[in-house]
Amino acid sequence: MSRSRAPRRPIRWHIAVFLAPALIVYTAIMIIPLFGTLNLSLFTRGEGNTREFVGLANFATLFGDPRWSGAFWNATWNNLWFFIIHMLVQNPIGIALAAILSSPRLRFAAFYRTAIFIPAILSFVIVGFVWRLILSPLWGVAPNMMDAIGLGNWFAPWLGQESSALTTLALISVWQFVGIPMMLIYAALLSIPDEVLEAAEMDGITGASQFWKIKLPLILPTIGIISILTFVGNFNAFDLIYVAQGALAGPNYSTDILGSFLFRTFFGFQLQLGDPHMGATVATVMFFIILAGVSLYLFGIQTRLRRYQF
Amino acid sequence: MSARANILRSSAAHAILIAYTILALYPVFLIVINSMKSRRAIFNDPLALPTRETFDLVGFHTVLEQGNFLLYFQNSLIVTVASLFFALLFGAMAAFALAEYRFRGNLLMGLYLALGIMIPIRLGTVAILEMMVAANLVNTHWALILVYTANGLPLAVFILSEFMRQVSDDLKNAARIDGLSEYRIFFTIALPLVRPALATVAVFTMIPIWNDLWFPLILAPGEGTKTLTLGSQIFLGQYVTNWNAVLAALTLAIFPVVVLYLIFSRQLIRGITRGAVK
Repeated sequence: MSRSRAPRRPIRWHIAVFLAPALIVYTAIMIIPLFGTLNLSLFTRGEGNTREFVGLANFATLFGDPRWSGAFWNATWNNLWFFIIHMLVQNPIGIALAAILSSPRLRFAAFYRTAIFIPAILSFVIVGFVWRLILSPLWGVAPNMMDAIGLGNWFAPWLGQESSALTTLALISVWQFVGIPMMLIYAALLSIPDEVLEAAEMDGITGASQFWKIKLPLILPTIGIISILTFVGNFNAFDLIYVAQGALAGPNYSTDILGSFLFRTFFGFQLQLGDPHMGATVATVMFFIILAGVSLYLFGIQTRLRRYQF
Repeated sequence: MSARANILRSSAAHAILIAYTILALYPVFLIVINSMKSRRAIFNDPLALPTRETFDLVGFHTVLEQGNFLLYFQNSLIVTVASLFFALLFGAMAAFALAEYRFRGNLLMGLYLALGIMIPIRLGTVAILEMMVAANLVNTHWALILVYTANGLPLAVFILSEFMRQVSDDLKNAARIDGLSEYRIFFTIALPLVRPALATVAVFTMIPIWNDLWFPLILAPGEGTKTLTLGSQIFLGQYVTNWNAVLAALTLAIFPVVVLYLIFSRQLIRGITRGAVK
């Protein structure tokens, strides 16, 4: 182009005008606070409300002081369990539903799709409370229904028991969000060209074996994206725990995950005073956990997944 | 495959899907029907539909008298609409610049803006609160609008720049020959042509904003700026023993979201199946 050979190109101000608002808001409200938080974790409150640089001392406290490290590791392992349940229950159910939905000439597919997605649009406040009521031994909906199918003896106040509360909450969250993997996988399945499936049918590969041998390998990249979205979502989850069990993540901290731990550390609760610097420290650790997960996916898994272009 | 095996397979598929649909909707249905029953009926026969004897709207009266729900609803509406407007406008402008012009640092800029898709903004909360306190914005709508705009931008830029690339060059060049400025080209040609993509991004951005509890709790917990999500959370906590009121409040909170969803669900599903979020 002749313009690019000109000795001096006029500054194209309109590019700056188009980019500036997004860049300013995004940088000022998202990027700077993110690094500001990482930075705050290196300080502590000194005498007379001054800010003192302490290096990595906050991290030493978090990992070394038994009062802190106990709570931190408890939240981390709980969070990991929360994530594992999502991976083992939510995503396989989502894939199965999508596979059924995408079968050709299925009637009412649009209705099923719309209906199964409804819980995903409700807020955690609604979902948390709805299940709190249903599982409440006071109301008796869950025990009555289990009685009706002969499982009445199996009922227990699941949300109130240390051993089962976290798993129950994870399953509630699965119930809420199963529509999202279902939709994404459904879209991926629809994008497989008919020729590929017809060719498979010519070779006698139909039904279930067609799913395992043809479709599943083709949708692996989508499953990868869903896994990393689940990971990021689970490791900064907070709302459901707060709504269903309160900031103390009871009973006896058995449902505490990193999000609720961050909230308590930062804001304080009841007798515990809030501490912005320890809060920033927890947030920094969460940042590195999420960063590690995302990098592992981007460099370790995504590059190895084979993508097919049609 | 024989016809009989086909029928068997399709009825199995329907059975599974119906079972799962019931699992997904029944809990919500249960809350809605019980919100219209008297306290005794709620406990005596929770699974029954309200009849003429058990029909009672006392819960709704309590909610409407005690809670400032209309104000909360208005707050949620202001925050959601304003954040959506800014995220879409700024996002579309940036997406247009990235898709339309070649300049040094274009790719880097795109990556920088996409970073926020993976890193949750909540991790910056400590510094965001300090900043809002310093700027005197705590307990204002602006605190939430700024945060949600920033949070919505990465996905908006990412999706919209894909669509901006598909806007025909001939159309834009014809406009340039006619002497239209770049700004006019953006507002009168590019923006109207990506309207379907704008709607998709709007739905994706709107749901998390409307449902968020974290930032209203931290940045705007005051009575005047409470959002519907935070307001109902606090109401439910206070009235936890008043079952009529709790069930009615839940029903009122479910209703607007589901209606909106049913209106926009085609847009949402079309957006997903078109691969907008891949």
